Amino acid sequence: MPFKSAASFEVKFLQVLNEKGEVDSKLEPRISGERLKQFYEWMVLARVFDEKAIALQRQGRIGTYASVRGQEACQVGSACLLNDLDWVFPAFRENAALIVRKTPLKNLLLYWGGDERGSVPPLGVRNFPVAIPVSSQIPHAVGAAWACRLRNEKNVSLVYFGDGATSRGDFHEALNFAGVFKIPVIFLCQNNQYAISVPRSRQSAAQTLAQKAVAYGIEGIQVDGNDLLAVYVSVQEALERARAGKGPTLIECFTYRLGDHTTSDDAKRYRTESEVEEWKKKDPLARFELYLASKKLFSKEYQSEVLERAQALVDQAVQEYESVPLPAVSDLFNYVAAQLDANVSMQKARYLEGVGAQDVVPVTPVVAPLVKGPANQSSKPGKKRVSLEGSSKADEVPDF
Amino acid sequence: MVQAINAALGQEMQADARVIVLGEDVGRDGGVFRVTEGLLEKFGENRVIDTPLSELGIVGASIGLAVNGMRPIAEIQFDGFTYAGLDQLIDHASRIRTRSRGAYSCPLVVRFPCGGGIHAPEHHSESPETYFVHTPGLKVVCPSTPGDAKGLLASCVQDPDPCIFMEPKRIYRAVKEEVNEERYTIPFGVAKGVREGEDVTLIAWGAMVRECVKAADQLEAEHVSCEVLDVRSLKPLDVNAIVNSVKKTGRVLVVHEAPKTLGLGAEIVALIQEHAFLSLEAPVGRVTGFDVAMPLYKLEEAYLPNVNRIVEGVRRTVLF
Repeated sequence: MPFKSAASFEVKFLQVLNEKGEVDSKLEPRISGERLKQFYEWMVLARVFDEKAIALQRQGRIGTYASVRGQEACQVGSACLLNDLDWVFPAFRENAALIVRKTPLKNLLLYWGGDERGSVPPLGVRNFPVAIPVSSQIPHAVGAAWACRLRNEKNVSLVYFGDGATSRGDFHEALNFAGVFKIPVIFLCQNNQYAISVPRSRQSAAQTLAQKAVAYGIEGIQVDGNDLLAVYVSVQEALERARAGKGPTLIECFTYRLGDHTTSDDAKRYRTESEVEEWKKKDPLARFELYLASKKLFSKEYQSEVLERAQALVDQAVQEYESVPLPAVSDLFNYVAAQLDANVSMQKARYLEGVGAQDVVPVTPVVAPLVKGPANQSSKPGKKRVSLEGSSKADEVPDF
Repeated sequence: MVQAINAALGQEMQADARVIVLGEDVGRDGGVFRVTEGLLEKFGENRVIDTPLSELGIVGASIGLAVNGMRPIAEIQFDGFTYAGLDQLIDHASRIRTRSRGAYSCPLVVRFPCGGGIHAPEHHSESPETYFVHTPGLKVVCPSTPGDAKGLLASCVQDPDPCIFMEPKRIYRAVKEEVNEERYTIPFGVAKGVREGEDVTLIAWGAMVRECVKAADQLEAEHVSCEVLDVRSLKPLDVNAIVNSVKKTGRVLVVHEAPKTLGLGAEIVALIQEHAFLSLEAPVGRVTGFDVAMPLYKLEEAYLPNVNRIVEGVRRTVLF
């Protein structure tokens, strides 16, 4: 018997705005001029913030920082479509998305400056804290969206991750769950070509990452991640699908990390300058400027005004960040659980008393009691031990 | 115990619409040990959910459900498969309250059958409590009776933070007692005195409590009076109950199925020397599993602590 086709698939690629700033008018989304300018301003703000954050790290004013440069369109073009009650689960390179999601710049600096208070979401906005373990946040997005559906809410989850994440089990188990239960979630993969130094080709032999959706019975698409309009159109469609109860979507944004992996990395060790130069020509901001110009929404004056405004906001945020008092030491303990158990409470109390981290009942050090102590009735004759018989409190010091 | 856990699940689901049960075979099949039997019929498939075979996915999705207002009870089918979800518990469930400075919490219960003694296949007889106990932010309980199972599970479900509920599978049906039909809770961090004694304190939890009681019965004939303390709540631990008993008897034996090195017994021994050093008449003894992989069932009995080993341990302690 001849083989029959058991299944077949095609992976679509979407680009709306090309590198020359030319737009496909049939695919072009209808967005007001004001809104378009807002997108641009968010991207500029993210980039200015990024440059400042790297400088602050070099000066020792924040810790390790992960640059978003080059991926602004992926993030602004997606986050701008969500409402506050939709959930966003960021990985650790999502500053542009978090800016769109109303996160004060000061909070971003606090987080990278080593202070958990930076992860507290803006009131009423469902942003989850940054996830450092790659792909571990993807199942959470599924669960949160599932809860929305169980309560008949129309809200969805959008989860950001990179190409490296698609190699991990969390990604696969999450997509599988979402497919089985038709969960309203958008999986937004920013394929920036590298997981630190390891290139995309080492993550998967598959031709695209988008096609992984096929295996889980969900929709998948690859888009030009440096084209804000393509990201926008694909996310809009995925949102409609999710809100209509028709299940999840995997969107692979084909993009590039223009900076190092983090401030601890040196990308020159594993990629060529000419490769980076090629990608700089596809810079999402430059392309969007061309688009705005074609709409008569852009001028040199506007450009410098936006830049200046962004710089002022970032400078102000740095000032705010640096005037935040250190967290209370008690905060180290305060959030382990809604109610601290006796053990943690004691560790906290001892620490705050200045006794140190030891949680032993504080006794005055017993000096050389070994042979001077009175012999006690021990099971082994002749064995000597310190007597505390009759004492009800362990913290009483025996009198030798 | 199976019935008591089933009753607790039903009562908590009845009382709180946010409570859902999810896991492998928990719905139509009622769970491989029938712990969730009848729940699907009663609460429907939106609240009793047969999931893909995906432990990481079950725990990870449950975290998202919990963070977004649900009260998921995730069943992992066997102890040896909890490890696939461990990363999610350690990296996320246990610390989301801390990481978000209280903005988010994770009221999640992970239940699973634990321990050996039923001649199960490989990876079906593990005692992984140390991994959970060692993780700040998790509560861990392991009951030894149906009544405790019911009350402790209710506490786990009602708790605003993640809880691990370990079910000693060899006493699922072996230990029987009348259980209060009302809905009730048993607080965390409260040990239970199972038997009073004067000479030696036996400290155990889960299936080992029964072995300790049998050993105590046997030792009674030798005029050694054993106190048996069931800690029930592995975290938080009832340090006072342990210390008070040690102050009374002066001799202690800790018994657990998990391997010896860094088993929870090690922490209990450390706590005793910190808090009751001067009350000790002998070094604190341990009768535990060995530092070997849990064997297949032909050697299972050789691995597991039993009455003979406990009696021998008590003798060593008494004769010190």
